[in-house]
Amino acid sequence: MGSSPPPRPPHGSNKPALSLHVPEPHFRPGDPVDFSFIEVSKPGAQPRPDEACEAAETGPLTTDLVRVLGDDNQAHGPWDPKLDPETLRDMLRHMALVRAFDERMYRGQRQGKTSFYMKCTGEEATSVAAAMALASDDMVFPSYRQQGILIARGYPLVEMINQIYSNRGDKLKGRQLPIMYSSRAHSFFTISGNLATQLPQAVGWAMASAIRHDSRIAAAWVGEGSTAENDFHAACTFAAVYNAPVIFNVVNNQWAISSFSGFAGSERTTFAARAVGYGIAGLRVDGNDPLAVYAAEQWAANRARANAGPTIIEHFTYRAEGHSTSDDPSQYRSAQEREEWPLGDPVDRLKKHLIAIGEWSEEQQEAMDLACAEQVKAATKDAEKNGILGHGLHHPFHTMFEDVFEELPWHLEEQAAQAIRERKIKWPE
Amino acid sequence: MARMSADLTEDDIPVSQLEASSRRMNMIEAINDALDIMLSHDPSVIVMGEDVGYFGGVFRATAGLQAKYGKTRVFDTPISECGIIGAAVGMGAYGLRPVPEIQFADYIYPGIDQLISEAARLRYRSAGEFIAPLTVRSPFGGGIFGGQTHSQSPEAIFTHVAGLKTVIPATPRDAKGLLIAAIEDNDPVIFFEPKRIYNGPFSGYYDKPVEPWKNHPDSEVPEGYYRIPLGKARVARSGDAMTILTYGTMVHVAQAVCQAKGVDAEILDLRTLVPLDVEAVENSVQKTGKCLVVHEATRTSGFGAELAALVQERCFYHLEAPVERVTGFDTPYPHSLEWAYFPGPVRIGDAIDKLLEA
Ligand SMILES: Cc1ncc(C[n+]2csc(CCOP(=O)(O)OP(=O)(O)O)c2C)c(N)n1
Repeated sequence: MGSSPPPRPPHGSNKPALSLHVPEPHFRPGDPVDFSFIEVSKPGAQPRPDEACEAAETGPLTTDLVRVLGDDNQAHGPWDPKLDPETLRDMLRHMALVRAFDERMYRGQRQGKTSFYMKCTGEEATSVAAAMALASDDMVFPSYRQQGILIARGYPLVEMINQIYSNRGDKLKGRQLPIMYSSRAHSFFTISGNLATQLPQAVGWAMASAIRHDSRIAAAWVGEGSTAENDFHAACTFAAVYNAPVIFNVVNNQWAISSFSGFAGSERTTFAARAVGYGIAGLRVDGNDPLAVYAAEQWAANRARANAGPTIIEHFTYRAEGHSTSDDPSQYRSAQEREEWPLGDPVDRLKKHLIAIGEWSEEQQEAMDLACAEQVKAATKDAEKNGILGHGLHHPFHTMFEDVFEELPWHLEEQAAQAIRERKIKWPE
Repeated sequence: MARMSADLTEDDIPVSQLEASSRRMNMIEAINDALDIMLSHDPSVIVMGEDVGYFGGVFRATAGLQAKYGKTRVFDTPISECGIIGAAVGMGAYGLRPVPEIQFADYIYPGIDQLISEAARLRYRSAGEFIAPLTVRSPFGGGIFGGQTHSQSPEAIFTHVAGLKTVIPATPRDAKGLLIAAIEDNDPVIFFEPKRIYNGPFSGYYDKPVEPWKNHPDSEVPEGYYRIPLGKARVARSGDAMTILTYGTMVHVAQAVCQAKGVDAEILDLRTLVPLDVEAVENSVQKTGKCLVVHEATRTSGFGAELAALVQERCFYHLEAPVERVTGFDTPYPHSLEWAYFPGPVRIGDAIDKLLEA
């Protein structure tokens, strides 16, 4: 056909014909789900190397799965972080609050109060427990699914909701898509919509901290799908070259919108194993085991703080809900996956652990869930006083032109004047 | 070289033939139809991108195509725009005709080195030994409350690059015919799809109900194969009061404003920015004597600057007033103030008044 070559036999008559491999997930809508192919390791069975070990020593842990909480709801083995009950209850409360927050914000979007929302249901431990293992002034470079970090660091819910509603109370002046938070005061870097850009930035921040003999480290989060971006690989190279005090948290929730992790390479190896080739430490943890997540993050933080280098942590977890409010996962994956996920639910597992050690009860859990829902509801009410998206209570027009540069150049002055002119034509007062 | 086969190259289909076998489509359906036809006509056509395979794309533009043509013709890719475009360049070098999708134009930047340094220059640097016959499809533009990373109009970045063609359809009928022509073109084409008009011809009056495509004459899309040649503009509205040069979503906004104000402007839908139909531009401006350029993209170094320069170079002695530009502001696309940012009816109306008074 014209300039296009027709399909033709392979070059050379006796050479075998090549064929292209295109990954395919195990299950599609309607398929019965059997996750028995996922190797679930025995809690407590994984060795915990010295935090300052050679990176290569972590090799076996990049294909294993660090687990602490067992089916008996007890903590096992060398990775048990041995947290006191008060800390465990805090962890549980933060995770429950994240879940209650997600529920309500999702509903708010459905009710038209904002344009967009993203839940992290099932992945709460990967941000909450990880953040709790860091110092509060360690700099975090999150992706969009780490609301748990802000909540663990005590960022006011009402500020989060103001941002989600893009209202006049929004500290980011209504400029960013909902959930793209930023809080310098909480050492929480401004979130980008462009995937994986935060990773080399985290390395740069960590390098700066090392240049200045600071003691703070950097930690970044990224979805497994996004590790395909160049930025991930540039970040790993820089981190290895400069032995930067940085942690890369790869949240492997199995799905990147409709693409399963195989499209980021999981059919061949684990995401933690990426570390091996770069010569940096790697750990693969049960991301639904809050104690294992805490322990791994703490290990990596101690390693970084001791100038022993960067770590990749793969948090093996499951995205229990849709990618965002714009997504309908029933179009591309089996609904049974969520029920069949072999690593359970992080909130439930921590709750059962606390009950098993005699530090919690179902009644307390119920009361806490109720309190979380009330807390979110109250914050929502407060935030709504500042307006919801599209209902007039936004930041003034001239704010649109601020912060493009430190100072307003002449052309933005002119454009700001035009915007205000247009407002007066549209709404003459 | 640019045409596939003789029986399929009628650039201008007689209107009677169009009406004989056509179907109402929205823009997504028209794009899907074009891809379907090209996949079936040409075994070297490959469709790939993030979420385009089984799922059929986040805007559903590739829905059903993997089931129909199989996983080695239509497939998902890793989330790496550099990889997507680089691989498409390599496939093109082999002799395939890839149609990669970049999920949002805002996410094309990681692939930009492969586009600018590679795809755009392969033919030149190899003296024609290697070509990059790819068509990079990508939804662009705002008006959907997508914030700064789902709203950009980066076309001028690409029109500035020697060796890239840039195409922007404004109707379902054009989307299909232009996409087919782009895929058959042997040079790399950036094909930006105005996402705000995927489902209806947005008028810019955002507080009015959304019109579906089915009420618009250009949603009547011919069945089967046809091409609309690259480099040919379309008169979206003929008139004498002034010439409005525009493309994409803004064609519809400009039309609505002219109608609301009762202005007899000639609206030229450019359809292809590079190569530009400069003859159509000249003819219209020389007729009307006034020129307004409208685009949603930011103003400074936008494509409007190129248009204004061309018009003054070629039509200076016909001009009765300076060329006016209506554009997005030179800020990132804001979320809550989307409609204050968008170059809507008020901004366009203002510029029209200024030209009318001149
Ligand atoms: C550079 C870039 N390309 C594409 C996108 C569109 N996009 C947004 S989220 C997403 C999937 C990311 O999946 P993953 O990294 O696994 O994170 P998850 O959403 O599962 O947490 C895609 C493709 C984007 N935001 N940025």
